[in-house]
Amino acid sequence: MMERHLLSGVEPDPARDAGHPEPPPRVGFFTDTSVCIGCKACEVACKEWNAIPEDGLSLTGMSYDNTQGLGASTWRHVAFIEQTVSEETVPEPQGRTQLPLVDGTAPAAPQEAGETTRWLMSSDVCKHCTHAACLDVCPTGSLFRTEFGTVVVQEDICNGCGYCVPACPYGVIEQRPSDGRAFKCTMCYDRLSAGQEPACAKACPTESIQFGPLDELRERAALRVDQLHEAGVSGARLYGDDPDGGVGGDGAFFLLLDKPEVYGLPPDPVVTTRDLPAMWKHAGAAAVSLLGGFALSFALPALARRRGTR
Amino acid sequence: MSELQGRRERRGRQGRRGRRGRRGEQLMVPEAEFASYYGRPIIKAPSWSATDIAGYFFLGGLAGAGSVLAAGAQLTGRGSTATAMKVSSLGAVSLAAAALIHDLGVPSRFPNMLRVLKPTSPMSVGSWLLAAYGPAAGVAAVCATTGRLPRIGAVATGAAAVFGPAVASYTAVLAADTAVPAWHGAHRELPYVFTASATAAASGMALVAGPVRESAPARCAAVAAAMAEAAAVRAAEKRLGMVAETYRQGRAGQLMRCARWLTAAGAAGAAALGGRSRTAAVAGGLAMLAGSACTRFGVFAAGIASAEDPKYTVVPQRSDAPSDTRSDTRSDARPEVPTCGPHDHEES
Ligand code: SF4
Ligand code: SF4
Ligand code: SF4
Repeated sequence: MMERHLLSGVEPDPARDAGHPEPPPRVGFFTDTSVCIGCKACEVACKEWNAIPEDGLSLTGMSYDNTQGLGASTWRHVAFIEQTVSEETVPEPQGRTQLPLVDGTAPAAPQEAGETTRWLMSSDVCKHCTHAACLDVCPTGSLFRTEFGTVVVQEDICNGCGYCVPACPYGVIEQRPSDGRAFKCTMCYDRLSAGQEPACAKACPTESIQFGPLDELRERAALRVDQLHEAGVSGARLYGDDPDGGVGGDGAFFLLLDKPEVYGLPPDPVVTTRDLPAMWKHAGAAAVSLLGGFALSFALPALARRRGTR
Repeated sequence: MSELQGRRERRGRQGRRGRRGRRGEQLMVPEAEFASYYGRPIIKAPSWSATDIAGYFFLGGLAGAGSVLAAGAQLTGRGSTATAMKVSSLGAVSLAAAALIHDLGVPSRFPNMLRVLKPTSPMSVGSWLLAAYGPAAGVAAVCATTGRLPRIGAVATGAAAVFGPAVASYTAVLAADTAVPAWHGAHRELPYVFTASATAAASGMALVAGPVRESAPARCAAVAAAMAEAAAVRAAEKRLGMVAETYRQGRAGQLMRCARWLTAAGAAGAAALGGRSRTAAVAGGLAMLAGSACTRFGVFAAGIASAEDPKYTVVPQRSDAPSDTRSDTRSDARPEVPTCGPHDHEES
């Protein structure tokens, strides 16, 4: 059986444990949603660079989000949340010009005194989990850990079994209906290999998407969250940065301004394979009890007959 | 915990589910409330077709448990039942493999399943298991029907009986090793549900296909399986807490109720009359088979329902100690108070 720490818990160097002898430092994304302006440049850059097919045009009524979620043909997704909140939640403009959101006419949602509207935007992506359930359960070895510590699907190996899809605790990876195989963000493996930063980070005009060595990003993120708390943005919190977390920390983590589930993220995800040793144990016991049940079923009539003939 | 959380979350206006308006009503709403992104699911439900995959669970169980029954029948001189069960297992495992391949996005790449052996992937382990079990079941069936090579037949029968229970139980791990709340949450109990259901199917098949004079063990196993399955399902529902409602509502609820009645009626009928009347044995056996299929389709449907509603992902994760978010002044550990801090927008 596998060592337990390979399935869950703190894992400082996933690339080395995956068999890369001298891996470069693990890289990732720190997505600071507090500066995201919802321009969707990342979505577009990702589609362009990776030549991802069009996957439906629809108007959803979900604020400015007509993309709806990550999927086989959407590897970056910008979420838009409109909230009515108390005025104190929104920090002072600090000298910036404030323009009214709605001019003269009645606001869309009825507001009480002291309330204001805030707009949350967040660019979501595959988390490149330290303990990636998608990778663990893939039966073909199509999903693998790169030397950069990221998680990538090999299109020429995937047979479309679809097991990775329900295994991902974030609902990221998906099969493309027209094709059958599973697709997701590669963290621009081709660009990383050429020493370039991923297309989405490159395109982001506000540096909401920051790319770099994961250790550096974690330090920067801790500073940023403190800075926001000092500025009075008490709802700021890091999501997925903790190496102690249920998936051993995300390679792509976030600074959020509200609870994760408000953005469509699971509040406390756990890699399903953490419990795999327990599952195999119970499956073994169940198999043995099946054997035992039949043994008993053959023994009982024999006993009864013997007693009957006696 | 989840209720407190819910009360705190009730005030959001957009991107929230189950919002309840003004404060006066808040205390009157006991159900667990939670935030979500426009009610969209958080995890992705498997795109597996129910016929293929729930069918595969059923057929794999029927085949695997059937091989054990066949070996027992052969050892105790119940030749007709042994042969019938060997043929049934070969048929079931062939159909199971066909269903599995049919469900692949790229069926022509089925051989990639045996490209590696990954203990972390129940599907990989299962593919290798099937690769070992299938031929054994095949040889056992062919030797039994042709009467040729009895010694090789006996070895194959034994091998199939060794791999059979694993084939019947690993499918529970296959389902449980996902983020699907109704499956993963019951990962300790599901293997027992599946092996009990497999035993029910195999004993049902033996009642249908075997002669009445040989059916005493099958009747015994039918009763044991019915009781074990009921107990295991009850234990799973208890463990699942609020997620258990996915097994009681909607399509899954109907299927699970059908499964319970069919299995209980089949076992009772077979036990009471199956030793005398061939008709009763066949009717009881068919009910057991149908009950087992209902269990598998019910479990499958419950899983899909639990994946499609973000409630089943958020609420259980919220009621375990949250560990994902870093400090903020409204930390989740803060005691619930009816008024709020200056920065707590959620209760203004
Ligand atoms: S977020 Fe999902 S798809 Fe991405 S690495 Fe983690 S488990 Fe895999
Ligand atoms: S769909 Fe492809 S990538 Fe996903 S688990 Fe199956 S083989 Fe692996
Ligand atoms: S890293 Fe590359 S593949 Fe991933 S979301 Fe950004 S642009 Fe797309």
